[in-house]
Amino acid sequence: MRLYVTLKTAFRALRRNVMRTVLTTLGIIIGVASVITMMEIGKGASLAIQKTMTSIGANTLVVLPGAASAFGVNFGAGSVVTLSPKDAAAIALECPGVRSVAPIVRARAQVVYGNRNWVPTYIYGTTPSFLTVRDWEELDRGAVFSEHDVRNANKVCLVGQTIVRELFGGLSPLGQEVRIRNVAFKIVGVLKKKGANLMGLDQDDILLAPWTTIKYRVVGTSLGGGNQSATNTANSGEVNSLNQIYPNLQQNLYPVASDTELADSPQPIRFTSVDQILTAAASSEEIPAAIAQITGLLRERHRLKAKEANDFNVRDMTEITKAMSSTTELITRLLLYVAMISLAVGGVGIMNIMLVSVTERTREIGLRMAVGAEQKDILRQFLTEAVVLCLLGGVMGIVIGRGSSYVVSKVLHWPTASSVEAIVASVAVSATVGVVFGFYPAWKASRLDPIEALRYE
Amino acid sequence: MDLIELRDVHKIYRLGLIDVPVLKGVSLTVAAGEFVSLMGTSGSGKSTLMNILGCLDRPSRGEYRLEGREISGLNPGQRARLRNRTIGFVFQSFNLLARTSALDNVMIPLEYCREPVADHEKKRRAAEQLAKVGLEDRLDHQPSQLSGGQQQRVAVARALVNRPRLLLADEPTGNLDSSTSRELLQMFTRLNQDEGITIVIVTHDPDVARTAGRIVTIKDGLIEAIAASPGRAGEAA
Repeated sequence: MRLYVTLKTAFRALRRNVMRTVLTTLGIIIGVASVITMMEIGKGASLAIQKTMTSIGANTLVVLPGAASAFGVNFGAGSVVTLSPKDAAAIALECPGVRSVAPIVRARAQVVYGNRNWVPTYIYGTTPSFLTVRDWEELDRGAVFSEHDVRNANKVCLVGQTIVRELFGGLSPLGQEVRIRNVAFKIVGVLKKKGANLMGLDQDDILLAPWTTIKYRVVGTSLGGGNQSATNTANSGEVNSLNQIYPNLQQNLYPVASDTELADSPQPIRFTSVDQILTAAASSEEIPAAIAQITGLLRERHRLKAKEANDFNVRDMTEITKAMSSTTELITRLLLYVAMISLAVGGVGIMNIMLVSVTERTREIGLRMAVGAEQKDILRQFLTEAVVLCLLGGVMGIVIGRGSSYVVSKVLHWPTASSVEAIVASVAVSATVGVVFGFYPAWKASRLDPIEALRYE
Repeated sequence: MDLIELRDVHKIYRLGLIDVPVLKGVSLTVAAGEFVSLMGTSGSGKSTLMNILGCLDRPSRGEYRLEGREISGLNPGQRARLRNRTIGFVFQSFNLLARTSALDNVMIPLEYCREPVADHEKKRRAAEQLAKVGLEDRLDHQPSQLSGGQQQRVAVARALVNRPRLLLADEPTGNLDSSTSRELLQMFTRLNQDEGITIVIVTHDPDVARTAGRIVTIKDGLIEAIAASPGRAGEAA
């Protein structure tokens, strides 16, 4: 009830001098509007920066097989085969902190086209989501191979700009065939230029193909097993039976074992492995969560006991992540300073006008005291007026700020992102400004001597 | 019963190192329902006495009882509450809020009532008071749209809206011409006689002072004379 009365009195007092009210509020309006516009432009900018950083691979997490050691000799990361494409599928399915996942099968081989040949830095067998992980979805030409191509181990590939230059001399390679270890791949798309990575390696020197094709047709026999193991895996039904559909050059020299024979003499199961799994965390904040989720999931899938060490490693791009977070932090802090300055200016404006207003309304204050207002009533009244002014300015500022950031994004095509924090913060700050800068004038008003105030000319 | 009881009231202002005595021992009683005027030249101390009567100021020495209650010991908050409840003020310069309707001006004292009053009740009481001073058709007028006499009547309505027992008027006719002054004084007389409100008028004009039932003359901080007014007959004329 008292608050309602005080508010009504404040509104009445503000309405009594509309021009002054508007001019006073203008300071806060401009302050809040600029805060919001700045925050939204800044947030847009930092999102854009984050996107750029992501394309460098800031959110990338690489899952590598663990190290093997025997008799005190450690063979280093990747020396055991522990990751399977099913691990990749499981990560994609069960880790909410992971945006996309791509298994990778590496190969190093000569690529031949006509009378030219070239050994690319990377020949990756993977899935279409590789491009999502690397933020590389936009192609220069053509289209990405499909999941269907991956399932069927189709002989299709995407090539990077360096390969286009080296093998095709800049002509369009779309629809042409290149040979890798005598397997003919049809080029279905050309990747956009990406340049060197942070280590100076040319990222455009790349050939991407379905991992099944690379695994079974290009490097197929290289991973130790030979025909026998391929037969075994086929029979066990554990992995796909592509080896039977697409037989290798080698003939099956041994008769196929019957189920009984298999049961009697179990062979070590050789599962289909991948060299690494590339994943992208949903955002840079979720990297730690994603690492924890992947680690937990893979330990479970690999049936590791509590005491056993991980048979895989999860790597993140700490350096790039740090650069990114420090950049965005810098931008946010810069904007905060600008915001604070403009709001302080607005606040001083309010204090100025409130002081003038107290002087101008000395007689009113005297009268109110004469008819029964206590000091605290006067204090409350002037404080309320200042806060109401600031909140009005805050609301107007939000509207104008949102409007101008909309205009900026439409007319200047700058990226902006709406920021709820900015709105909440600026309302909170403008109320605080009202209290802080309104207090001194209000206190001064409440200290007036009613006799003097009534006589004030 | 005596509404106001002053006993040997002194008021001393401090100007730097010099003490300036303004009231030098004033004793005065005003009974409930009385109409008294305080007369004196400027500098005689009548305004200071008025401020003390209105609880805006405290005596430096001496006793002031209002409604039998000692005032000197009250803190500013208690005095504010007392002013709100018991005393109505009318000033020479009206002191109405500009750009505020007559109704809203009259409602100001109700804002500071300790017992909360509902909005419509406030409006009703303010309108009732304005009707009593003959301004029932000017509720929405702002002070700039009213004549001096009407403005002072709004001020009287404001003073009466909390139904005080005591009305203090400080040179109420100072800014008015003689005919509107006469109307205002007639209204005071009516309020005094019909509603039993105790009225104290401060003035330097003998014609105005004569409206009251009793004239107290102050000179150099002391009461020079207290006389029954001969003017009641003149008022009728």
